[in-house]
Parts: sequence; structure tokens; C-alpha cells
Amino acid sequence: MKQLEMFMRQHPWSWSFLAAFLTWAVTAAYISGTGGLALASTALSFSTFFVMVGIGQMFVITLGPGNVDLSIPSTITLSAVVSMMVMDGTNAMILPGILAAVGVGVLVGLFNYGLIRVLTIPPIIATMSSSFLVQSSAIALGRGVKIKPPAALEWISTAKMLGVPVLSLLVIAFAIVMAVLLNRTVYGRSVTAFGQNTRAARLAGVPIERIRYLTYTLSAVLAAVCGVFLAGFSGGSSLNMGEEYLLASIAVVVIGGSSIAGGNSNVPGIFGSALFLFLLVAMLNTFGAAAGLRLILTGLIIVGVVTFAGGRKESR
Amino acid sequence: MSGLGFFASARFWRGALPALSLTFVLLGVFWLQPRAMSYFGLNLLFNLAVPIALATIAQMFVIAVNDLDLSIGSFVSLVACIGATWLNETPLLGIAALLGCIAVYAAIGALIYIRQLPSIVVTLGMSFVWSGCAVLLLPTPGGSAPDWIRSLVTLKPPYVPMPLVAAVVLALVVHFALMRTSWGVLMRGVGGNEKAITRAGWSVLKLKMTMYALTAVFGILAGLTLVGLATSADANIALRYTLLSIAGVILGGGEFVGGRISPVGAVLGAMTLTLTASFLSFLRISPDWQIGAQGAVLIIVLALRAIVNRLEARK
Amino acid sequence: MTTETVSPLISLTGIQKVFGAVQALSGVDLNIHTGECLGLVGHNGAGKSTLMNILAGTLEASGGSLSIAGRDLGQGYAVQDAGRLGIRCVFQEGSLCPNLSVAENTRIIHPVLKGFGWRPRAAAVIMEQLDLIFPGHGVSAFDIVGDLSISKRQMVEIARAFTVTDTGIRLVILDEPTSSLDARVAEQLLDYVGRVAGEGISVILISHLLGEILQVSNKIAVMKDGRVVAFRDASGFDRSSLVEAMGSTVVAGVAPRRDAEHRKTVSEERIHMRPPEQPDDQSVRAQAGEVVGFAGLAGQGQTEALLQIFDGHGVLPSGAQDAGCCFIAGDRQVDGVLPLWSIRKNIGISSLKRLLLGMLIQNGKERELADAWKERIGIRAPDVEAPILSLSGGNQQKVLFARALGSAADIVLMDDPMRGVDIGTKNEVYAIIRQEASQGRTFLWYTTEMEELDYCDRVYVFRDGVISETLSGSDITEENVLKASFKQVSGAA
Repeated sequence: MKQLEMFMRQHPWSWSFLAAFLTWAVTAAYISGTGGLALASTALSFSTFFVMVGIGQMFVITLGPGNVDLSIPSTITLSAVVSMMVMDGTNAMILPGILAAVGVGVLVGLFNYGLIRVLTIPPIIATMSSSFLVQSSAIALGRGVKIKPPAALEWISTAKMLGVPVLSLLVIAFAIVMAVLLNRTVYGRSVTAFGQNTRAARLAGVPIERIRYLTYTLSAVLAAVCGVFLAGFSGGSSLNMGEEYLLASIAVVVIGGSSIAGGNSNVPGIFGSALFLFLLVAMLNTFGAAAGLRLILTGLIIVGVVTFAGGRKESR
Repeated sequence: MSGLGFFASARFWRGALPALSLTFVLLGVFWLQPRAMSYFGLNLLFNLAVPIALATIAQMFVIAVNDLDLSIGSFVSLVACIGATWLNETPLLGIAALLGCIAVYAAIGALIYIRQLPSIVVTLGMSFVWSGCAVLLLPTPGGSAPDWIRSLVTLKPPYVPMPLVAAVVLALVVHFALMRTSWGVLMRGVGGNEKAITRAGWSVLKLKMTMYALTAVFGILAGLTLVGLATSADANIALRYTLLSIAGVILGGGEFVGGRISPVGAVLGAMTLTLTASFLSFLRISPDWQIGAQGAVLIIVLALRAIVNRLEARK
Repeated sequence: MTTETVSPLISLTGIQKVFGAVQALSGVDLNIHTGECLGLVGHNGAGKSTLMNILAGTLEASGGSLSIAGRDLGQGYAVQDAGRLGIRCVFQEGSLCPNLSVAENTRIIHPVLKGFGWRPRAAAVIMEQLDLIFPGHGVSAFDIVGDLSISKRQMVEIARAFTVTDTGIRLVILDEPTSSLDARVAEQLLDYVGRVAGEGISVILISHLLGEILQVSNKIAVMKDGRVVAFRDASGFDRSSLVEAMGSTVVAGVAPRRDAEHRKTVSEERIHMRPPEQPDDQSVRAQAGEVVGFAGLAGQGQTEALLQIFDGHGVLPSGAQDAGCCFIAGDRQVDGVLPLWSIRKNIGISSLKRLLLGMLIQNGKERELADAWKERIGIRAPDVEAPILSLSGGNQQKVLFARALGSAADIVLMDDPMRGVDIGTKNEVYAIIRQEASQGRTFLWYTTEMEELDYCDRVYVFRDGVISETLSGSDITEENVLKASFKQVSGAA
């Protein structure tokens, strides 16, 4: 017991898994039978999308105070629209479609960084301004055309192997790669140093501007890829499909135990809190709670987590 | 800085940018649609600008103390829902609920200051809470605004249309309170140099709580005006206001940190954003590009400001 | 030490202040009488600013007692009390709100300036004071402070400290008030300080410019290492006795001057940097294997020069090689430490490219690097996996040395890195610097500690952002450096 407590203290992400497990257990006990396994499977499916954008947002937040990517929802929508148009429902065009989506992500990332750099404005304002443009492009391109995703994409996004969603396996593999990127590469170390003390990182030889550029691009590209699979999952793109991802992407980072003040992040927590957020909604649904109550509880949990995790500690 | 020199100074140009951008867009509208140059036309053009301007002012109070409110859109929606239900049916309950909201806002301000929390995350969480309350109160769009609010927002004063009167009054009142009173000085001082305010013996906690409470007050005004104009409410009615209000403050010459804000500019910024949307429809450009045009205006103005700043730095 | 029979206005006894492991003040005794101008001098880190913060109520003393106008103020003495007792302070880093106007900034320290017509009243109060102290100041009451030049901002801040509304003022503390004023305005201020003392207001003047201190003070206190080491009438001091009292009297260890022969073998020039405003032809030059010192008063452009070199200005192709320069910060918390990381990661950050296998950082190799340097530089920690914040200040500084010296860079820039480090650590690090230099590394070393200059082959003394004197070999003496520190470089206003 002592050891478990120690482990949880040292690994802030473990809380999110514990919370996810408890909500699952309570719900599963309530519905009884095999419903619990089905619930777990559904949770895996839905949480994959949160994980994809959450990881991008996490890298941005790691850069420190003021760094948040508000353009994620609009990027999801635009890339979904663009990729669906390129694929046009044919399996052969899936790869070009994905490439087009990545292209969208790279452009958005470049634009965000450009605004931050050239206009010397805070990242929040920059990503907010660009999200207006991106959202508008998505609306203009996507209005009135509802293109069904290619069958193969739909299959990948929804198929299950022994009850485990295929996409979630891919995302787990991807999350492992991202964890390695964060902890074991020059880029990951540089991002973490950046967020702890930008000036000290610069004086230690970290190329500040390149890191900032790469990070905003990574976030936008991940949002774009998420858009493709989300369209595959939900049978095509829709104009408000990105909406809930602004709040969710930030929420999973905070609940996952990454420091909102930057410089200290972890990937597993993103996964745990994505599961938790979905399961919480599922639990409240099962108990017949109204939609409003679910929202209120989610909000209070975010405020509670950040209050107890505390703000930036006094370093001197 | 005196005489003509002032008109060449960077400060003048920074201050004039919001007015210039509004004039520019307004001229564009008049040029495309001369009939807009009438009592009725202006009324139509600026009607929806009033709640946005109020929400922008609300956002400005938080920005003045170096924070950001990502929940203002859902808060305004909630107020609209309260306005269309409780305030209409059981006014006392409605008023109590609105007062409670102000208290919650002040408490959020205190929490953020005492625990030194990032305002973005806290207000983000609160946006879920406000939205949840709104959905509980009004699960499907509906309700109806109290008659007194409806008649108030549809007043037709002689000569000058109501929205313009409201905008001018709003800008002047807030400008006076924040920029001219001895009390407003302290509020802005918190944004400029919190340490200096503490050193002079003032309680930054109280000041921040007051600013957050004021945000709630103006958020309530925005919500009630909106429900009066729309006559009914829904839980998502004003979600766009969160980003629009931030954009309005920035467009109006406010800065993100440092307590440099301008109430008059914020009102002008909100009006510019509203007008940009109409401008497009007069150009017969699809309304799909409305948000994009608002973003473009924001980026252009920020770019102009960056140029002014750079010219100043070179001097 | 004083002979007056009247009781002092302010008396400090045995004041102590501890920041974490650092003893900033170790028992300060000081008396200030009404209408007295007390000059306070001492090197950086002697504790002057800390002492003044305690007097102004912005820091609480860790021990000792403080009494003002006969009232004993124990624990819990705060800013509000200072204000009520008529104590004002002009802090070095500035206490104006840049987004507010001059009049509005005046209102902040005067609660009575409120209600109808407060703006003209505030404007009148501050303008009157500005006119009184700095005739011809050129500031208007409704100018926004952020738009003013640094020197005008300083004038406003000083004048604000002397404004009176409802409560009278007893004591004004001026911490380096003339640092951004030109000679004429500084003279106006010193003049006023002399006059105001006659009106029963006491002034504490902190300055590095000994001439100023000698000109206006009645009493002078010299601080060193958190103590008052000399305190007597100003007439008992002259410039050289002040320097002597402030100065480093005892240097432990052998005379460390490096022999010329150390440098004989190396001659490759790595740096040739001319400060942008330099009026004459002096410039910073450094060869492989040299230790070059930057000296002068604090904040005269030494750090800026180092940062320019860090960004590649003046680094000759032979010096850069692609490893570039590494930087050792003096202000650890602001410029150096990555606070959330272990010792290992803090050391490894500047050497990541050499620790890669393919794309991945090898933690084992990083550990080896950290362990090797922990051993070599003597970082006192159980393990390199310990968090850096668990170390004492001196050991954190050693980690920063390990980070820089462990990297591949040939040029090492040091920004007064021994600030607040104990003598034992210093000697260990000095030895390593000499060793590394003899292996061909170039050191550029900004220091505020006189004895460290003895380790340098050549010293550039800075004044107003430019080099005022280049000293080498046996010319590097405390006297020459001090002389050059106060020298007005031709053309400087």
C-alpha cells in the first residue's frame, strides 16, 4: 500500500488511470454482465481522438505560460473537409487524402508560428486569430458537401479486433512513440527546458525559435490527422466536429498531471484522462444524470484538479 | 509631447487605429449600400453589436489584470437562459441567481490570485460549469424574455438609433470609471505593476475580486441585452462571444499584459467585428467567410500595430 | 559609535536576514537621526538593498529589532506601517506602473488623493515636487510613464517619494538614485538632498559613486558581507579610505597570477568584439587558452557584451567551430537553473548531440558525463539523479559550471558566476578554470569581485556600456580597476 502511494506521488499521471478505472468499475457494476467490457471498448474508441489532439496540445503547453493552441478545433474541421474531398470516397485516394491533411496541419502550424514571430503577439492571440481564418475556410469548403469516407478508412476507424478497437491500438503505439519523443530525444528535452525557463534554455544552447516552430507545427499536424480519422469514424466531416476539442484538449493535459505552467509533461496521463473524461460522461449517462450535470461535473473536476495541483511554485 | 508632434507619435496612431478601422469598414458598408446610412439602417447594422460590446467590456476587466476569461461566452449564454426563464417567471429568483453569479465570479478571481493559478484553465473549467447550468435550466431552445427588457432594447430614441446611443454611453461610462477615477487607477495599476501596488499598501486580492465581479456584471448586461434582442434563449446562444470578446479587446488597442486597455477602443473593436460580418453580406460574399473576415481584420490591425511599434523602436 | 545625546529617529539592532541557505545580513546595527543624510556604500551583495527593503517593510527581518521614532516595531512590520510612519523608498528596480500617467502613479502612494478633482490635485502635488528637485525636468503630469525615458522615469520616482499629502515624511531611502540620471540632473538631486536634510527629513543614500556619497552625507556606513564594517562621520572618510573599507582586504591562498609562459604555446585568436558605442579603438580580444576579465561597476554593459558574443558577434571563425560558446550565468534562478530537472539533465542539456545513439539520448552516457563532472568539480550530492533544487546555491552553481565545461564549446562566457558562492567552492572552481584554460579553452569572465581579476591575463573595465580601460599583467590592480570604473569615457553624457 505504501509503495503504491509512493508510486502515485511520483507519477502524477497514475491518478488519471485510477480515476478512469474507478468510474469504469462503478459503471460496470451498475450495468452488470458483459456491458462493462463493451463500455471499456467504447471508451477506448472515443478516447483515441482526445489522445491525438491532447498530445499536440501537451507539447504546446509544455513550452510554458501563455502557450496554448486555440486553433486545434478549426484545424480538425478543415483537415477533415479537405481530406474527405481529396479521398472522394475511394480507397485509392486515402494516402493522398492523409497527405493533404498533413499539409493543412503544416500550413496552419507555419501560420501560427509566423503570427507569433512576425507580429510579436502572445501565442493565444495568434492561434485564436488564425483559427478564425481556418474555421472560415472549412465552412466555405465544406458547406453543403457531405462526402462519405472511403470504406477502408471507415473500417480502420471503427473496426475491432477481439473487441479492441484497431484505431486505439494504433494510437497506443503512436503515444509510445510520442513519449519517447518527449523524454529521449533532443527535441523533447529542448521543449521541456524551454518551458522551465526559456532564458536559461537559450543560454544553455537550445535553439528557441526552431523549437517553438516545430511544436506549433506538431500540434497542428496531430489535430489534422485526428480530423481525418474522426471523419472516418463518424461517416464524414461536419462543420462543428472540432468544437468540443478545444476544451477537451486542454482538459486532458491538465487532468493527466502535466504542469499547466509548462516544463513538466507526460504522455500516459493524456491517455488516462481521455479515458476518464469519456467514462465520466458514460457513468453519468448510466445513472440517468442530465446533460447539464455532466458538464458541470467535468468543469468542477478541471477547476479542482488545477487548484490542488497548484500554480507555478515559487522558485526562490 | 505637445502640439503637432503628438499627432506623429506612435501613441497617437496606436490609439487612433480602432477608430480608423471602424471608419474604414463603415465607409465600405455605406459605399456598397447607401441605404444603410439611415436611422433604420444603422439600427439594423449595430443592433447585435451591443451585447458583443458589453461582453467585450467584461473581458476587458479581466485582461486589465493580466488574466483571460475563456468562460465569458458560456456565462453570457447562461445569463440569457436565466433571463428567458426565471427572470421572466419568478423575477426574485432570477435576480438572486444573477447576484449569485457575481459572487461566484469574485470567488474565482480570489482563487486565481491566492493560488496563483493560470486563469485560462480555471475559466475553461468554469465554462463547462456555466454551460451545464444553462443546459439544466433550458434543455431546448426556448423561453421568453421579460417584456421590460424587450421594450428597453427596442427603444427608438429620436434622431440617433438606440445601439449607437448605447455604445456611446457604455464607452463613456466605463472610460470614466476606469480611466478617470482614483479607483480605476488602482485597478489598472494591478495589471501594470502588481508589486508597486502591493508596496503602496493596497490589497491586490480585493482589487482582483472587484475586477472579476465587474466582469460578471457586464456579462450579465450582455446576456440580458442579447435575450431582449433575440426574445428567446438557448444554452449555446453566445458561445462565440468568448473569442469575439478577446478579439474585440485586442482590436480596440488593448494589450494582453501590462494593464494597457482602452474601454472606448474595446467598444469600437466590438462594433468593427460586428460590422465586418455585415460588410461581407453587402459584398454578396457567402456568410461562410464571416468568421474569416473577422480574423483577417484582427490580423491586419495587429500587423499595423506591429509596424507602428517597430517604427517607434527605430526612433 | 555616535556621540549625540538625542535619541535616533531610526535604530536598527542586530538585524539578520536569511534567504534559504544564504545569510544576507548577519547582525546590522545602524542609527539614523532626524535631518541626517546617511551614505551607505559597499560592494554588490554586501546586503545594502536587503537592509533597505527591511526598513521599507517589504521584507521581514529574520532577527534583530527595529525602532522608529522611539516606537519598537517587532514582527509584522509591513509596508502600510512604513507609509504611516513616513518612510518612503525609491527601489533600484522601480516601483512605477508603466501603464499609468505620472499623476496616476502619484495617486497610488497617496490614499487621500481621491474623490472629485483628484487628478488636478495629484498633478499639482507631483509637479510641484518635480519643479522643486529637478527644475527644467520636461515631464508633464499626464505623460504615461512607459513612454518616458529611463532618466525621466527615475526623476518621477524620486520626486514621488518626496511628495507630501496628509502624513509628513521622516525618511527617504534612495537606492542608487543616480544610476540612470545624467550628471546635471544628478547634481540637482544631490543639491536637493542637502537642502531637505536641513528641513528635518532624513535621507539614506546608497550609491556606487563614492564622490556623491562624500559630497552630501553627514555620516557614512560601509557594508561588507552582510555587516556594517565602518560607521562614522563623513568627514572621517576620503575616497581612498572608503575604497579600503569596502575593499577586499584579505585574500586567502597563493597569488594566483598566471605566468606568461602558460600562454606562449597558444596564439590562435578567437574573439575580437568591439562594443557598438565604443568611442575609441579599444575592443575585446581573446585567444585560445586565455582568461579575460570584464570588470567595472555593476550594470555597465558587461553582461550585454557577453550576450552579444553568445549570439556570435565578434566570434572569429576559429573560435566558433560549430560548438559555439557556452554561458555560465551568475543569476542562477533567472539565467541558469532548469528547476524541475535532476542534476544529470541539467548538466546534459548543453551536450545532447554528443549523447545520441541514432535519434535517442542515451541516459547511460549522460549519466557518465554527469558523474564524471560531479567527481571532478566536487558537486556535493548523493546522486546525479537528485533534483537540482535539492542542492545548495553553491552546488547549483557548480552544476552550471559542469554543464558549460562538459559541453564541446571552446569559448566559455561567465556572467559573474561566483555571486553568493562560498569561498571553498570558489577555490575549487578557480582551479578548474585554470586547468581548462591551459588545455586551450578561452574564458571571458565578468566579475564584480576584485580578487578574481587576479586569475585573468587581461582585464577590460567597462563604464557606460563601453570599455574605459584595458589592463594587462601587473597593471591589474584594485586601484587601477577602481580608477577606470569611475572614469568618464569621453563623449558620455
